[in-house]
Amino acid sequence: MSDLLFLIPLLPLLAATINFVFGRRMADAQTAWLATASIAGSFALSLAAFGNQLDSDEPLTQHLYDWIPAGLFHVPLNLYVDHLTAIMLLVVTSVSLVVHIYSQGYMAGDPGFYRFFSFLPLFVFSMLMLVLADNFLVIFFGWEAVGLCSYLLIGFYFKRHSANQAAKKAFIVNRVGDFGFATGIMLIFWKFDSVVFSEVFARLELVSVDTLTIIALLLFTGAAGKSAQLPLFVWLPDAMEGPTPVSALIHAATMVTAGIYMLARMYPIVSASSDAMFVIALVGAITAFMAGSIALTQFDIKRVIAYSTVSHLGFMAFAIGVGAWVAAIFHLFTHAFFKGLLFLGSGSVIHGMHEEQDMRKMGGLRKYMPTTYWTFAIAAASNAGIIVFAGFFSKDEILVGGWLDHQYALTIIMFGAAFFSSLYIFRAVFMTFWGEERFDPEHVHPHESPRIMTVPLILLAIPAFAAGVVGLPPEDGWIHDFLEPAFHVEEHAEETASAIAIFQEGEEHAEEGHHVSTAMTITFFALSTVLAIGGLAIAYLAYVAKHPAFDPRAWAERAGPVYDLLYNKYYLDEIYERLIIHPLYWISENILWKIVDIEIIDGTVNGVAATVNYSSNQLRRVQTGFVANYALAIAIGAVIVIGIALALQSDLLG
Amino acid sequence: MDNLPILSMITYAPLLGALVLFFTPRVDAATSRQVAIGAGVLAFILSLAMLVSFDVNESGMQFTEHIEWLPDVGVNYDFGVDGISAVLVVLTTLLALVGIIASTSITHRRREYYISLLLLETGMIGVFFALDLFLFYIFWELMLVPMALLIGVWGSANRVYAAVKFFLYTLFGSLLMLVGIVAIYWENINLGNAPTLNILDLAAVQYSDTLQFWVFLAFFIAFAIKVPMWPFHTWLPDAHVEAPTIGSVLLAGVLLKMGGYGLIRFNLSLTPDAAEDLAPYIMVLSLIGIIYGALVALVQPDMKKLVAYSSVSHMGFVTLGIFALNMQGLYGAMIVMLSHGFVTGGLFLCVGVVYERAHTRLISAFGGIVSRMPVYSVLFGVLMLASLGLPGLSGFVGEFLALVGAFNSYRWAGVIGMFVVILAAWYMMWMFQRVVFERAPGEPPDPHDNALPAVSGASADVHDHDDEWPVDEHGVPQWPDLNRIELATILPLVLLTIVVGVWPEPFMELMRTTLETILIPFGSQGV
Repeated sequence: MSDLLFLIPLLPLLAATINFVFGRRMADAQTAWLATASIAGSFALSLAAFGNQLDSDEPLTQHLYDWIPAGLFHVPLNLYVDHLTAIMLLVVTSVSLVVHIYSQGYMAGDPGFYRFFSFLPLFVFSMLMLVLADNFLVIFFGWEAVGLCSYLLIGFYFKRHSANQAAKKAFIVNRVGDFGFATGIMLIFWKFDSVVFSEVFARLELVSVDTLTIIALLLFTGAAGKSAQLPLFVWLPDAMEGPTPVSALIHAATMVTAGIYMLARMYPIVSASSDAMFVIALVGAITAFMAGSIALTQFDIKRVIAYSTVSHLGFMAFAIGVGAWVAAIFHLFTHAFFKGLLFLGSGSVIHGMHEEQDMRKMGGLRKYMPTTYWTFAIAAASNAGIIVFAGFFSKDEILVGGWLDHQYALTIIMFGAAFFSSLYIFRAVFMTFWGEERFDPEHVHPHESPRIMTVPLILLAIPAFAAGVVGLPPEDGWIHDFLEPAFHVEEHAEETASAIAIFQEGEEHAEEGHHVSTAMTITFFALSTVLAIGGLAIAYLAYVAKHPAFDPRAWAERAGPVYDLLYNKYYLDEIYERLIIHPLYWISENILWKIVDIEIIDGTVNGVAATVNYSSNQLRRVQTGFVANYALAIAIGAVIVIGIALALQSDLLG
Repeated sequence: MDNLPILSMITYAPLLGALVLFFTPRVDAATSRQVAIGAGVLAFILSLAMLVSFDVNESGMQFTEHIEWLPDVGVNYDFGVDGISAVLVVLTTLLALVGIIASTSITHRRREYYISLLLLETGMIGVFFALDLFLFYIFWELMLVPMALLIGVWGSANRVYAAVKFFLYTLFGSLLMLVGIVAIYWENINLGNAPTLNILDLAAVQYSDTLQFWVFLAFFIAFAIKVPMWPFHTWLPDAHVEAPTIGSVLLAGVLLKMGGYGLIRFNLSLTPDAAEDLAPYIMVLSLIGIIYGALVALVQPDMKKLVAYSSVSHMGFVTLGIFALNMQGLYGAMIVMLSHGFVTGGLFLCVGVVYERAHTRLISAFGGIVSRMPVYSVLFGVLMLASLGLPGLSGFVGEFLALVGAFNSYRWAGVIGMFVVILAAWYMMWMFQRVVFERAPGEPPDPHDNALPAVSGASADVHDHDDEWPVDEHGVPQWPDLNRIELATILPLVLLTIVVGVWPEPFMELMRTTLETILIPFGSQGV
């Protein structure tokens, strides 16, 4: 199996290359099936790798070649599959496969069809390299490459100014995070003389906890960019300019979870620093709450889901921060399916509504597009955390993890975010599929999407509903056993310290850390169910039953400035524009260029040059080209003189 | 092949072509082009042959040629090549050949043009091979004249100003270097050694700190102007903007490397103690250049000027890497030089391609090129990504290594330098999107554009198309995609960018032993 690992990323890369180079001369169906088949191949190999890891604790590795051998800074290109990678491989390839199938319908007839089916497998290749990396440089390669694909696909409709702006914004905001990530990598190399994960992790004792805190926070900066955490999440909602399948695959299921995956991969470093963990939990909680609250006020169906994604990424970051490692990956797992499905469903709606995305111009669509409606509703229930749906179990485990870590205040914030999750997503469901039809029946004829799009919806609806079983019974399910080895590496300073602390606090407490009591499980189940059902009920009353007490417009007016704040996304874009972008341009143009360069440096030089310039202008007027020939003659003459001198002086002729 | 003076053959192959052209004044333009291509190909093939038989494990100079010249004063004809010069010479012969082939847009004085180009090539190669300071100086000056001519005769509107500025700046540096050469020459004699101008012999002597300081400074300023380092950079944007496309390619691709090469070859080996003492200050200057170049590039309305300022930024990584004085830094500096040769050379060719069609380089005059020129857009796009340091392309390998090296010596230098990863993406993507994507002036917007109200309708009269190209119903000129010559010159650079990015090992292996040797005076950092 190890020898075949290279095929997992290679197949999509080949398909991407062939489609990109020859795609214009190939039929649309050919490019689409080539891409889809390559992903199917990767999926099959990923299944095999997963099967291998099911009953083995020995990671699969394959050495390909040495990428950058610069002395101690030695970067091999190795592929590496352990339990954590195996789960990620499954998520990435399975959702990719479904999205590829769906896109054949969604993108049908688009003039950029072949381009789409070149960029999409290229993304899968990049994402797989990221997941399979065994060192910091290769993961950084995948990290930047997925960023590039995201850029290309957000800006897919390249004639639109808005799409280009969004694509550029995504790339640059991500680069702000990458600045931290790359700085972290440099710090790691300086401290540990290696960039290979296993070697770095084996040498953690060499440095102080403070150093590990700095490293962990730098890595988290990178994760905050890619996984859209505060204050860098501003790019993700704009990324909805891309075609909807892209939003589903890249901006919901896979790429945006890369930051979470990276932090989980860095378990030995991150878990060694309680300070860094707290920062991550704090940022995650605020992100989850803020994004959830913004989602309540948006009318573009894709933007609602985008903010929902940001919010749920906040859940995952929070889970990492409170040490609920398995829960973070568990939620990443379930979220990939239900959020991917929500996007594909919204794509189906947009498709059936002739490119309309504004929910105020929808309504009553469930009778026109039943499959889309039912699958969307399942994903929504999962997103809302309705009991028995997949998202419920994973989200609940995060909340329990927060409470067990004694982050009571943050956990309460997270309960708020969980309530928002239910409220905004059912608001979207009811505004879109229920109530009166607010579109113009003259021009818009809603219809169900073709089967090539609805079958993928059904395929995703199954795990969106049932993926929770891998985590059952709570805290002790299959996924917990499977991921146990990934989050139990050698003991290190901080962990030992906390273990001692737990020991001193008493046996009972330590027990609680590992086994959650049944009473607590039931309490949390009940609490989150009340919140989820509450959100559902309020959304129903407000948008379907039209109960006067829940009239959204009245509430918006009542909330006044708060509503404006949410509707305008906390004015983050405006703040960045005013505080960073404008000053930077102004200083560059007016001070650096026009004053320092032109006035000061050039002014000095020109003082000297003016005289010479004047005389050469005079010369030029006498006869154009005269200077050229003259100087040429000088140059050649010089060479000849040197040559003669050389010949005369040398032994050859002497 | 041991007995063949292969280095001289490489050096004088272009000169041979220049002489042939010089003595056949009535030759027509097409023939002079063929002669030039022949000479360029010959030099390129010879340099490849040199590379193939180059022994990567040999730490000294290889293929050395020694002819006594003025033995009494210690001037000899000494040629030799090591890992760093071998790489740079092949880059030179490659870019010169690309330049000769791409020179189809030159319309007047073509014979003289090719003579200048070939002379320039000889000068550039000689600089890398010369092991004697006198010989080095001759080639250094030889290179200056044809370059100034390329700008001053075949350049655009303000060419004479730019040529003079270039000439003066460089001449100023050369004179300082001459002072440095004379100083070290006499000091060597005063220390009781036989008179010599051989770099290796001079490097074997331990000089006083004071002398090292002044000699270092003299050489440093000469090379800093070439690199160019802030604040000696202002000749570069003007020279680039006014130079013909090929002038820019060679300027950015090779001439700037002379600076980096000189710093490694002379400043590190002749005056190692001074280099170590002054390194922090040079790191500061490098960082200013890196950030400054990027910020100013951000606000440039002219494509060529934007690329020129980005050069200032990228070349800052070269000096940053060199004066980190460790293995990663030097590797980084060398790979940035190599990569910058492909990438910036390629970018200038790309600017030239649209300039040929539109007769303007103003970014605002373009838009939506990808619909008309898809192949061009893809190649331009890869170079753009390499320039902004995307992993998997050559720029990343070099810049990341330079930063790792800098970080290991000075934490702040690595962190501040890394900041530019943000800015590089910003200015390159801005230019690329504005030129390649969106819509041409006059073209109606996409009805699904969510930023419709924000988009001001660019006026169509930016182009003064005199029926040169057919136009569509919106008045957008239908430029053809890359022709064969344009493709043949840009594509190899793009492919090399990818090769160096994906598999830099062979290139690094070439210079490994040499870099280790260079680092010996700087303690045990040669790992």
